[in-house]
Amino acid sequence: MKKNLLKNNIVQSLLTSLICIILGMIVGFIVLLFINPAGAAEAIISIAKNFFCYNSTNMQLKYLGNTLAKTAPLLMCSLSVLFSYKVGLFNIGVAGQYVVGACACLYAALAWHLSWLPCMLLAILAGAVFGAISGALKAYFNVNEVISGIMLNWIGLYGTNMILSNVKEAASPYTYQLSAAGEQAILPTLGLGALFNNNQYVGLALPLSIICAIAIWVILEKTRFGYELKATGYNKNAAKYSGMAEKRNMILTLIIGGALAGLGGSLLYQTGYEQWQCTHSSLPAMGFNGIAAAFLGGLSPIGTIFASFFIQHITAGGTYVDKTMYCSQISDLISAIIVYLCGFVGFFKYAINTHIAKREARKGGNE
Amino acid sequence: MLLLIQYTILFASILILVALGGCFAEHSGVINLGLEGIMVIGALGGALMMRYLPGTTPAFLMILLVVLASTAAGVLYSVLLAVAAINFKADQTIVGTAMNMLGTAVATVIVKAINIAANPDDVSSTIQYVNAKTAFIINIGGFEFNWFMVLTLIALIVSYVVLYKTRFGLRLMACGEHPQAADSVGINVYKMRWAGVLISGFLGGLGGIVYITAGVSEWKFEYGVAGFGFLALAVMIFGQWKPTRIALAALLFGLFRALSNVYFGFDFLVKLQIPSGVYNMLPYIISLVVLAFTSGKSRAPKSEGIPYDKGSR
Repeated sequence: MKKNLLKNNIVQSLLTSLICIILGMIVGFIVLLFINPAGAAEAIISIAKNFFCYNSTNMQLKYLGNTLAKTAPLLMCSLSVLFSYKVGLFNIGVAGQYVVGACACLYAALAWHLSWLPCMLLAILAGAVFGAISGALKAYFNVNEVISGIMLNWIGLYGTNMILSNVKEAASPYTYQLSAAGEQAILPTLGLGALFNNNQYVGLALPLSIICAIAIWVILEKTRFGYELKATGYNKNAAKYSGMAEKRNMILTLIIGGALAGLGGSLLYQTGYEQWQCTHSSLPAMGFNGIAAAFLGGLSPIGTIFASFFIQHITAGGTYVDKTMYCSQISDLISAIIVYLCGFVGFFKYAINTHIAKREARKGGNE
Repeated sequence: MLLLIQYTILFASILILVALGGCFAEHSGVINLGLEGIMVIGALGGALMMRYLPGTTPAFLMILLVVLASTAAGVLYSVLLAVAAINFKADQTIVGTAMNMLGTAVATVIVKAINIAANPDDVSSTIQYVNAKTAFIINIGGFEFNWFMVLTLIALIVSYVVLYKTRFGLRLMACGEHPQAADSVGINVYKMRWAGVLISGFLGGLGGIVYITAGVSEWKFEYGVAGFGFLALAVMIFGQWKPTRIALAALLFGLFRALSNVYFGFDFLVKLQIPSGVYNMLPYIISLVVLAFTSGKSRAPKSEGIPYDKGSR
């Protein structure tokens, strides 16, 4: 009975993800120990606790709300990575697509005063265009999508800084507050905020991102289009041979991936949770954390929902470490270790399977 | 004008070093997408050495120790890639990406911890090395000659000789083209690939320290190296995996990168009133265009990115 359970692919994925998380936390703890052994245990616990650091239920709810508000865009980014990866493309350009999405919706909201839906659609469009560039370069010019993605990330970042400088506050590098200058563009809260101690940042974003995750699952598993995409990912030449338009599929994949990431940008910045800082000289961590969440979620759309929450949970938890000894980037370190370990997932599964096979062989011999 | 030449050579040096690093790894059959992270860690090693060496250290010793520190850091960090990609046959793209994320995170955590320990109010991730940096620079009539330029030239020549004129280099390249064939004549593919990755760590680490000393005397480690590792990969592809062509390609890219540093020195460029953001974007845009034209007839090593398995045919 137990053996059958271990053979199950979903159980194996879950197990390997747990191994990655535990090992990642242990490495993080060791690093903390090296920096300052006195507060290491306390620090790793605050990272794991995140909003539970607060005593009152109301505060806990409020900060759970904040974590959820940032989980939604993270989920979109990781869906973008996951979707492209299924087709054999590594969409590292997700960070840039997310940034141009944020750029489009903020500019539309602050300069043109459009309402929330057109702003969101523009963000999706901007992300899709960036994805399309990567896809076209890959399909027609054989440019590695990882390298073109990185180049587009920086082009997107500098471009966004330039464009959003037109709608920034005079005295600071930040764009105008959405609640003051573009209230019409704030996403509807659907009354969800009330559940989290009147947290105005929780709203449409969360259910929308979960719907997207389910939609991606349906597309990949239940439609002919998804089947074609996955076939292209497994073997490009075989897909072409059996009459699938492999070039079109590649471009379409990155367009969808870009659109998802662009929507992610809109889902964070249109809540008014953050203002864009026009002096950003490095890309927001959201895109790269999306990569972490996608792999941690075992590349399943449903798994990523939980993985995104976990990654955002420890990222937010990082801000609660004792700042007189450590810095919040310790969470980035743990996420990075988790991604590194996810590279070994194939090996972990191989080890589990050979272990089972050996045990079964031994049993067979005894009988 | 002199300034433009100076920065062009300097940025080209970085790109040459890192691209050569990528070149060694790819010729052995491993795609090193973690060069960016290796650069950060190499830069960290060198910067820490500069911070802790007394200001009275003689220039030669200073250069030697800083170069040793950054290359050693780069080599050590590249072990992460070698173990994963060669021994555990992990996905090289994921591992490379993780190394880039990890590089910046580790560097930020370490530098912040050092800064906080020195002064609890200092929560920045910056290391300063104003005095130490002078060891690398000799002023020749307004042109700041940098010893790293010489090191790059040496690295370039040595790389060319090693790759094309020695038994080791030719064997290395065989492992990237057809590892099974190489194995059949008694070459240890795993060892060769380890060598390729470690050399790329060495050169990547060196490139990192050159990058953070180019034109500035302090570095904020939260910034990483702004995609320079990937620009170097673009240079490598444009240079068709050949050291001499890489050098020429690096000069072209270096020129565009240098423009963003010194464009305000040219009257006609200032008059055009192009926002500085455009100059910042320029190297990346150029590389996309160049890649579009050169990737089609790519001469990449045939087996790069495919883990070698003795048992498979």
